[in-house]
Amino acid sequence: MALLDVKEMTQYFGGLCAVSEFTVALEQGQMAALIGPNGAGKTTVFNLVSGFYKPTRGEIIFDGQSIKGLKPHQVTSRGIARTFQNIRLWFEMTVLDNIRIAQHHALGYGLFDCFLRTPRYMQRERDIEDHAMEVLSRLGLAEVAHELPKNLPYGVQRLVEIARALSIKPKLLMLDEPAAGLNSADVEGLIKLIGDIHRDYGIAIWMIEHQMDVVMSLCSWIKVIDFGATIAEGTPEGIQNNPDVIKAYLGDDTI
Amino acid sequence: MQRLTVPALLACLFAVLLWAAGTGALNVYWQSVLMFMGVNIILATSLNIINGNMGEFSCGHAGFMAVGAYVSSLLSVALFTKSQVFGEPLIGPSAAVWLFPLVLIAGALAASLVGLLVAIPSFKTRGDYLAIITIAAAYIVKSTIENIGAIGGARGFMGMSAVMSAMNETINLPWIMIWVFVGTVFSVWLIRRFIYSTFGKGVDAICQDEIAAEIMSVNTDRVKLVAFMVSCGLAGLAGGLFAHILGYVNPGTFTILKSTEIMVMVYLGGMGSLSGSVLAAILMTLLIEYLRDAFGFLNTFLHYISVIPDSYEVTQVWKWVVIPLLLVLLMQFRPEGIMGRRELADVFPGLRKFYKFKG
Repeated sequence: MALLDVKEMTQYFGGLCAVSEFTVALEQGQMAALIGPNGAGKTTVFNLVSGFYKPTRGEIIFDGQSIKGLKPHQVTSRGIARTFQNIRLWFEMTVLDNIRIAQHHALGYGLFDCFLRTPRYMQRERDIEDHAMEVLSRLGLAEVAHELPKNLPYGVQRLVEIARALSIKPKLLMLDEPAAGLNSADVEGLIKLIGDIHRDYGIAIWMIEHQMDVVMSLCSWIKVIDFGATIAEGTPEGIQNNPDVIKAYLGDDTI
Repeated sequence: MQRLTVPALLACLFAVLLWAAGTGALNVYWQSVLMFMGVNIILATSLNIINGNMGEFSCGHAGFMAVGAYVSSLLSVALFTKSQVFGEPLIGPSAAVWLFPLVLIAGALAASLVGLLVAIPSFKTRGDYLAIITIAAAYIVKSTIENIGAIGGARGFMGMSAVMSAMNETINLPWIMIWVFVGTVFSVWLIRRFIYSTFGKGVDAICQDEIAAEIMSVNTDRVKLVAFMVSCGLAGLAGGLFAHILGYVNPGTFTILKSTEIMVMVYLGGMGSLSGSVLAAILMTLLIEYLRDAFGFLNTFLHYISVIPDSYEVTQVWKWVVIPLLLVLLMQFRPEGIMGRRELADVFPGLRKFYKFKG
């Protein structure tokens, strides 16, 4: 059975149909991409799956259970983590704290444990910190753990955001334009990193990306949407030669 | 070893205060100044959770203080002394010494429940709109109290001095001083533990990027609820202590001016800085006390040239000239306050050598 099963998800904003009958089935450990021209509704699809909006129609099933209508933090607790197109770190607190706060879904203690500093609290805080450091070291970020993200270069901020999403131990990682704003050297590093994460953690990764070299070198399956509607899906080779996709990106030559 | 520094310092301070209050080395006036300082520390540090850490703008802290003040006063008068309102005491004066903390806790719990009035709207609303709701909540509290005739209405409620003297008769110690000290230390301790935990850091996360917080599995509604209830509850504790220091309460005390006073302390200290709030509360208390009798010559002069009638004294109002002016200057030249977002140990890293906290 598919890990994420989205069936005929439709979203209207007023009279505008932002996403129309979107259907996707992502397998465990699959690496897939969602592409399309600007304004096609890609980020809206991510926002719907992660719980920011409740779809007008359709069904979202994750890991065998419906997650439609859950709040974002509940969706995240079920095992879907995501990053944002424009980096959304907490810039005024250390990188380590950024990762620690992402463990709210598995705190394992209550308010009174935190007032009384009970053994359970102390143990959990230590575990959370160890886990955070482990994730940071895995992505080579251990030396910036005590820096503020606002003082870090853009490329590193991206990595911190991916580390924060990974620290949730998701089953599905959704990356919204991970390569946006990176230079070509950084992009190469990112391709390698995402490949490594995919291999080491064995999680499903679903990304929105405009840079075709990222998509083509990583993803086994691609879905293309335009104006909210699906126009093509298939393997990278198939997509590259699909006339509808070329038309959506480059325009129709039969004017 | 370093873990004992702060408790040891506090114990010394406590001993000195007890000795000074007991022997009369500290006169009654300075005792009350120190007690108001404690109350202000509780108010500023608790408001700092909302206005500093969470980045919301609550202008109704005095309202929650009023709830705590009234609930604990009514309880202590009803339980421990004979009064016109409640008649014979329910338990008796001799129990006052032991049960007084419970009365304070009851006031704090009541205030944190009234805090729901603000906490629940905060799930959907933020910024200016939430600020308006906080003002509204404070006015609801104030008007409710003013319109309950049985507890004195707008005239206020009294009888707590009898409770205080009952406690002194049972065991002769400066009880109110003790409880203000304990309450202040307890509040700062509680707030510190809250905001330094991973759970409490969710409050800062909401301030810096609420959408990121929600997507990174922070249950923002729950964190907001807890933050508001802790903050309002401690304001209620401060209110209870305040009422018992004065011996009477009057709804007129808990106006928006009182809330403003607390807000100025938070902004003066630096938003989100716990030690900044403590420092600012101490400075502001001293400043307000100084301004009570300041510029006496101006008063004399205005009377001399007959600009104001002899019966009217201008000395009391300086507070409301200087505090707003201070706020204007602060926002112009140092909007981040004394400490910014930093703590004392960030400003003076050398201090870290001398003390350490658990977790």
